[in-house]
Amino acid sequence: MTRMTHKMPSKQDQPPTGHAVEGTASAEQPGASPVAIPEPVSNNRLAAIARGENVTSLTHDALKKEVPVVEVKNFNLWYGAKKALFDINMLIPKGKVTALIGPSGCGKSTLLRSVNRLNDLIDNIQIKGDMLLNDDSIYGPGVDVIELRKRMGMVFQKSNPFPMSIFENVVYSLRIDGERNRRTLEDVCERSLRGAALWEEVKDRLHESGLSLSGGQQQRLCIARAIAAEPEVLLMDEPCSALDPIATGKIEDLIQALSGEYSILIVTHNMQQASRSSDFTAFMYLGRVIEYGPTLDIFTKPLCRETEDYVTGRFG
Amino acid sequence: MTSTQTKPGAAHNDPTAGPRAGVAIKPPAPSYNRSRSRNKTSLYAHGEPMVWLTGGALAMCLLMIIGLVALIVAQGVATFWPGPVVRYQTLDGVRAGETTRLENYSPEDSVFERLPESSRAAARKMVADNGGVTGRRLVRIGNYEITGEHFAWVSDFEIAPGADAVSTPPWMLVVERLAWGRFYGEPVGVVIEGKLIPCEPAEAWKLFGEHHPAVRERWEQRRRLETGDIGVINHRAEQARLALRAVEMKYGKESPQWRAEHESFLKTEERDKAEFDRIAREIEALNNTNNGYKIVLRTADGTESTLGMADIVRAYPANQLSFAQKSVVYLSRWWEFLTDDPREANSEGGVYPAIFGTVVMTLIMSLLVVPFGVLAALYLREYAKGGILISAVRIAINNLAGVPSIVFGVFGLGFFCYIIGGGIDQLFFSAKLPSPTFGTGGLMWASFTLALLTLPVVIVATEETLAAVPGSMREGSYACGASKWQTIKRIVLPRAMPGIMTGMILAMARGAGEVAPLMLVGAVKLAPELPVNGVFPFFHPERSFMHLGFHIYDLGFQSPNAEAAKPMVFTTTLLLILIIAVLNLAAVFIRARLRRRFSSSQF
Ligand SMILES: Nc1ncnc2c1ncn2[C@@H]1O[C@H](COP(=O)(O)OP(=O)(O)OP(=O)(O)O)[C@@H](O)[C@H]1O
Ligand SMILES: [Mg+2]
Repeated sequence: MTRMTHKMPSKQDQPPTGHAVEGTASAEQPGASPVAIPEPVSNNRLAAIARGENVTSLTHDALKKEVPVVEVKNFNLWYGAKKALFDINMLIPKGKVTALIGPSGCGKSTLLRSVNRLNDLIDNIQIKGDMLLNDDSIYGPGVDVIELRKRMGMVFQKSNPFPMSIFENVVYSLRIDGERNRRTLEDVCERSLRGAALWEEVKDRLHESGLSLSGGQQQRLCIARAIAAEPEVLLMDEPCSALDPIATGKIEDLIQALSGEYSILIVTHNMQQASRSSDFTAFMYLGRVIEYGPTLDIFTKPLCRETEDYVTGRFG
Repeated sequence: MTSTQTKPGAAHNDPTAGPRAGVAIKPPAPSYNRSRSRNKTSLYAHGEPMVWLTGGALAMCLLMIIGLVALIVAQGVATFWPGPVVRYQTLDGVRAGETTRLENYSPEDSVFERLPESSRAAARKMVADNGGVTGRRLVRIGNYEITGEHFAWVSDFEIAPGADAVSTPPWMLVVERLAWGRFYGEPVGVVIEGKLIPCEPAEAWKLFGEHHPAVRERWEQRRRLETGDIGVINHRAEQARLALRAVEMKYGKESPQWRAEHESFLKTEERDKAEFDRIAREIEALNNTNNGYKIVLRTADGTESTLGMADIVRAYPANQLSFAQKSVVYLSRWWEFLTDDPREANSEGGVYPAIFGTVVMTLIMSLLVVPFGVLAALYLREYAKGGILISAVRIAINNLAGVPSIVFGVFGLGFFCYIIGGGIDQLFFSAKLPSPTFGTGGLMWASFTLALLTLPVVIVATEETLAAVPGSMREGSYACGASKWQTIKRIVLPRAMPGIMTGMILAMARGAGEVAPLMLVGAVKLAPELPVNGVFPFFHPERSFMHLGFHIYDLGFQSPNAEAAKPMVFTTTLLLILIIAVLNLAAVFIRARLRRRFSSSQF
């Protein structure tokens, strides 16, 4: 950590200015005020995290103007005795693309999978705090997890088409709801495949196996499947990590096209991807959200030194 | 190249080189040596011995399997090929028949005592010259009613001197009969419509050929009447009797209900009696006609015997047949084998009921064991939370596969036949008691028992394939809002289908080849009726049945005519293997189609 600070160019020693910023718990953390963040505080922050102390996150003011689709409130998660998420507080804005970045193992996937409660499938998991999906509690008592998941779509790191035809893959969520009307199914299939920019490639082979597609096509098929039920929020966990640049480009374009219509929460390791295709970015470290704000600000004038170090590739 | 390699190596060794530098020793080039030693990969590292070991193991397996199959195929295929009838003039008489086997042996002295006095010395000398060893052949001499034997050994030294002592008389017929085994003899006359016509063999053979098919046709007709029509009448009479008995048990004898039922019972009986008499007369007429057709045969030693044509299944002049005619006999025997009932204590005729029983039982067993095993495996793998109990259950299931199959037979007999079957009889078939309906071995209980026997195979195979369904697919399904059961039904099971089919194939192969438990729960030597026939309700799962595996055991160890049954053991084994292979191939084919659906172009 000290080594890191030594290497920092002097121009970045100046405290970030010009942006109104507020820690979510500024009362407890006086150093959260922008002008008041001197370099040592910044160091203390990572050191404090490493010591396991509570550190509040910096959330840019720009987010206050957004309408939230998902609200994460004081969320904590333990895998057995190991704590993986610490007091997460986040608003995921509606109709925007929000990217989660951070070094490997910092809990991005855990947070994402907590939104649709996919972590419930893992034994030994403990949760404190809550999330809200359009003001409905996600972790409240008596919540029907299955109904809840129907309101979200998810795209995984590794494409996972089902062992069935392309058509059936896309309309899977309608099928499990018992939809039988052929017209509806066909309409949804076409709309979703068009939405996922896959229609032209597969329209003549809808009844072939979904597994017969190429890797990039499979991933877009999974996106089509995820948007078929018109989810309120679309969760994507490193959707491009197994793809070549061209397929990645297609999916990034797709994310651009989908934003506005859908609210997207995307995990990525690719800084360019985050900066190109997201509206907001949250930087996570060791189970905490360190900084969260508009992508442009996070990448060009972040408030935290750690964020800057990370996005410029100096650590992580 | 080497120099560039040395440099980083030396640099790498700087720490060690540092202290040595003071002693002014030029640092060696360790990395150079290292790369040399790496180039020389050992034989073991190349894996050469493992290739030989694994390849050798496979070769051993193949050798044993191919040997066994080749033996069965060679023997099984050859059984039905018609051989020549050889006539041996021996020192003490004549023997004629088909040679089945040759071997060498050292005769004891007592053997020579049985020879006529005059030729003993010559025989002794002949054997002694040959080092005390002599050849002998097993001749199927047939004509059991005359000779009292089916087979006889003829030793080399027994054969009379002279060129024509061993001959193949052109008109020796091989006659396969319904009873008493084969007959070998020359035709010397026929009886047609009751009139004896003595004639030359060729003429007699021609006349036989003209009339035999019609006689056999009448015989078939008679058999149909006996098993079909009379069977229906008997069945109806039995039903009426049971109905009366049921009423009697419910209301008591001489009650008004009983009287009414008795009335109708008598009416049915009367009507059936009339019909029965009509059929009996018909059979009588057919029999009378057939009795007028006979063939007179003279055996090798000159005895004449008259055989009814109706009793003759097949006859052929073995020594005159061309290759094509032999092929016809061969195929007609196979056809009979596959489609006809057995006769002669199973050592002749067909095994159709056993084929039928085996296939039906195997299919019912698969239908029972697959759903049951898959459900059990689903619970174990998908629903149960791991723990000591589940591990214990798993171990128990695996151990179940090691329980001797006869134990399953005993369990099947005690539990299925006696307890459950007995209970069913008490509830639904009480009128028929004390003779059991379900309370004894039968097709259904045999299938249940074998389903139990093969259950571990299916559970273990299914569990493994369920575990192999990628977690990402399940998560994908859950993320779409599917419930657990929807995920299992739509994703897990279809994806696991090929593996489940593998389990089924293994179970079928195991079940179809199993014999021991079947002996206790329903397989019989000779079943009077098939479990499926034209009498309502068409499928009779309570009936005992024939099974190829049990048939093999019966032929091999229970047959009174062991020598004649032996080739049939091979043919039946060959058939059983073929049937299992066909069932398996069918399943493999379906599995391959399923696999193709789920195979991915992605790696
Ligand atoms: N099923 C699990 N059981 C126990 N610990 C887990 C489990 N899944 C994740 N963790 C731990 O939780 C922490 C966060 O993991 P997570 O998968 O969320 O990281 P990530 O940010 O997605 O990393 P990456 O970028 O490598 O995907 C890690 O330290 C990991 O070891
Ligand atoms: Mg991850």
